[in-house]
Amino acid sequence: MASDLRLVEAVKATLGEEMARDESVVLYGEDVGVAGGVFRATDGLLDEFPNRVYDSPLGESGIVGAGVGLAAAGMRPVAEIQFQSFLYQGFAQLQQHASRLRSRSRGGFSCPITIRTPYGGGIHALEHHSESFESGFAHVPGLKVVIPSSPAEGKGLLAASIRDPDPVVFMEPTRLYRSLRESVPDDDHVIPLGEATVAEEGADVTVVAWGSMLQRTLSAVDDVDADVEVVNPRTIYPLDTDTITESVKKTGRCVVVHEAPETAGFGAEIVSRITETAFYHLEAPPERVTGYDVPVPMFAREDAYLPDEKRIAAGIRRAVET
Amino acid sequence: MPRTTVAEFSVESLEILAPDGSVDEDLEPSLSEETLFDIYRTMRRARRLDERAVALQRRGELGTYAPGTGQEAAQVGSAAALAEDDWVVPAFREQAALLTRGASMGSILAYAMGLEEGAETSAEDRALPPAIPVGSQALHAVGIGWAQAIRDEDAAAIAYFGDGATSTGDVYEALNSAGAYGAHTVFLCQNNQYAISTPRENQTRAGTLAQKAVAAGIDGIQVDGNDALAVYEATQRALDQAREGNPVLVEALTYRRSMHTTSDDPRKYREEEEEVDWDRKDPIARFEAYLRGRGILTDERVEELAAEIEAELEDAVADARETAAEADPADMFEYAYAETPPWLERQAAASRGGGDADGE
Ligand SMILES: Cc1ncc(C[n+]2csc(CCOP(=O)(O)OP(=O)(O)O)c2C)c(N)n1
Ligand SMILES: [Mg+2]
Repeated sequence: MASDLRLVEAVKATLGEEMARDESVVLYGEDVGVAGGVFRATDGLLDEFPNRVYDSPLGESGIVGAGVGLAAAGMRPVAEIQFQSFLYQGFAQLQQHASRLRSRSRGGFSCPITIRTPYGGGIHALEHHSESFESGFAHVPGLKVVIPSSPAEGKGLLAASIRDPDPVVFMEPTRLYRSLRESVPDDDHVIPLGEATVAEEGADVTVVAWGSMLQRTLSAVDDVDADVEVVNPRTIYPLDTDTITESVKKTGRCVVVHEAPETAGFGAEIVSRITETAFYHLEAPPERVTGYDVPVPMFAREDAYLPDEKRIAAGIRRAVET
Repeated sequence: MPRTTVAEFSVESLEILAPDGSVDEDLEPSLSEETLFDIYRTMRRARRLDERAVALQRRGELGTYAPGTGQEAAQVGSAAALAEDDWVVPAFREQAALLTRGASMGSILAYAMGLEEGAETSAEDRALPPAIPVGSQALHAVGIGWAQAIRDEDAAAIAYFGDGATSTGDVYEALNSAGAYGAHTVFLCQNNQYAISTPRENQTRAGTLAQKAVAAGIDGIQVDGNDALAVYEATQRALDQAREGNPVLVEALTYRRSMHTTSDDPRKYREEEEEVDWDRKDPIARFEAYLRGRGILTDERVEELAAEIEAELEDAVADARETAAEADPADMFEYAYAETPPWLERQAAASRGGGDADGE
């Protein structure tokens, strides 16, 4: 059986299922209890699991740091950071402790915390509500970074993240929360971490895109006179290099699309891997279509910052026409 | 060795105007009629600006907006106590404080339209742009107040933040480091009873927020934040102390009468009854009753003022729309660095040309 769900509904359903499945799962974060979360991703869960859903005091360092302790004591903390920008307030705990509790204790401890956080632009939000720092999180050894690009992926990847023995930053694209409906399996649905998927097959050029950029890429492809293969990594770290490499070996050309700034964005890592693994198959320089190297502008200028269909199509054309 | 008490503390609370507008004459500050009227006028301007902003947001002209409705006395009363050279370090709900300091309604609306133009400030304005990351700005007020101490200047800085912010590490660090540095800093905490949906009593077990000053070794006082006179008086004294290198935390007890922001629905987490209860303690009604009692305000003057505010609002909306119409998206490249790095120049050029970031 399956239900037609939006991403935010799929997240909520999965949280409920994982809590039912594993008693050690606890949910907490700012406004996640009584109000059900600012995006309503936890709506109703406090009623369903009265002693396992907590409204936390304000403070992201506290949320992440307490999660390290919960995990050390055998719980499976699932924390919500209200917007990804505020995970910077918890970054020290993430980088210094959550990510390396396992290695520092030589495997004596693990830190199976899942940090869910809405991210990305395109919803006309306030300043500091539109960022995409996946490359920063991916740069922290010991962390996993997961980004669903559809409701069904939301379910499958969140279930895998909560069950994963290591800390996961689970980034939910705000732009997709309600804009997309999809059939989502009702029963256990787990998408293993570290496995990319080919969203559209093609022979001429490989485009790698995730989050809300995947949808934009899929519609930009219609405007391009080429047979485009679109790869959705689903897990940013650990990256499924093989799937991307195979695709590029087949097409000989590649474009990476992301909304984060170009410099040191995750596109840089993907392009490096491609040059290492498929160099002799490349027929054109890899292309990047990304946000610019400026702080994400406030929303009046957001459309000029975020890659749109036009910029994506132009990037694909450059790769194909070279 | 016996057990002894090595520290004890108490927290004072100040109220000068009762909710019915009657005044405690022993405590009444001696303010000129002009200052009193200005406080009233700015509170009214802020209230109408909120109403208009919410209406504009509902029509899709503004983005998310955080009304300060109900908190006008806490903001205007405190900002009115500042000297010209003092600094304001706002959070994101400080429209009333900013208006008191001379910001235009047009710039406030422009900010809410998602335009950086609305946050344009400099050292001359003695104000930092709004700070959305909760609590973060308290430390900036420490640095500003510390600079005054280092240079042996007289100015002070006031940091605005909410009850929720007092749970953040940044605010704890700010209170503590202000004391350690002897910074000229006043912390104005508007305890409006909620951090989005989280009520004050779930935020902390502390009986007052003012007492958070105690652990930092600085003074803390609670005031009735819906009483503009008490807020003015307490802030004035706090500023005097701060100028001497003794920072103070002022907890203004108030109520967020409206939604958290235009994306929020308070019915999810609080009862209408509670809101009605606080309506009766409204800061503007109380202050108006006081001014009428003193003969400073008449029906005629109130009407005149209302008309002035409508005219100001019309101009402000027009100004903000003009700013929006003139906004150049490529501006985003201009202020990232003093000197734009070459790679960023290429991106800027590509964004104007509509495509190739490699400049090929
Ligand atoms: C560091 C950080 N975490 C979370 C948020 C999301 N957020 C915005 S306002 C708010 C509540 C703030 O409450 P309070 O400090 O009482 O100020 P008020 O909104 O009542 O003015 C939260 C959680 C944020 N902006 N910054
Ligand atoms: Mg508050």
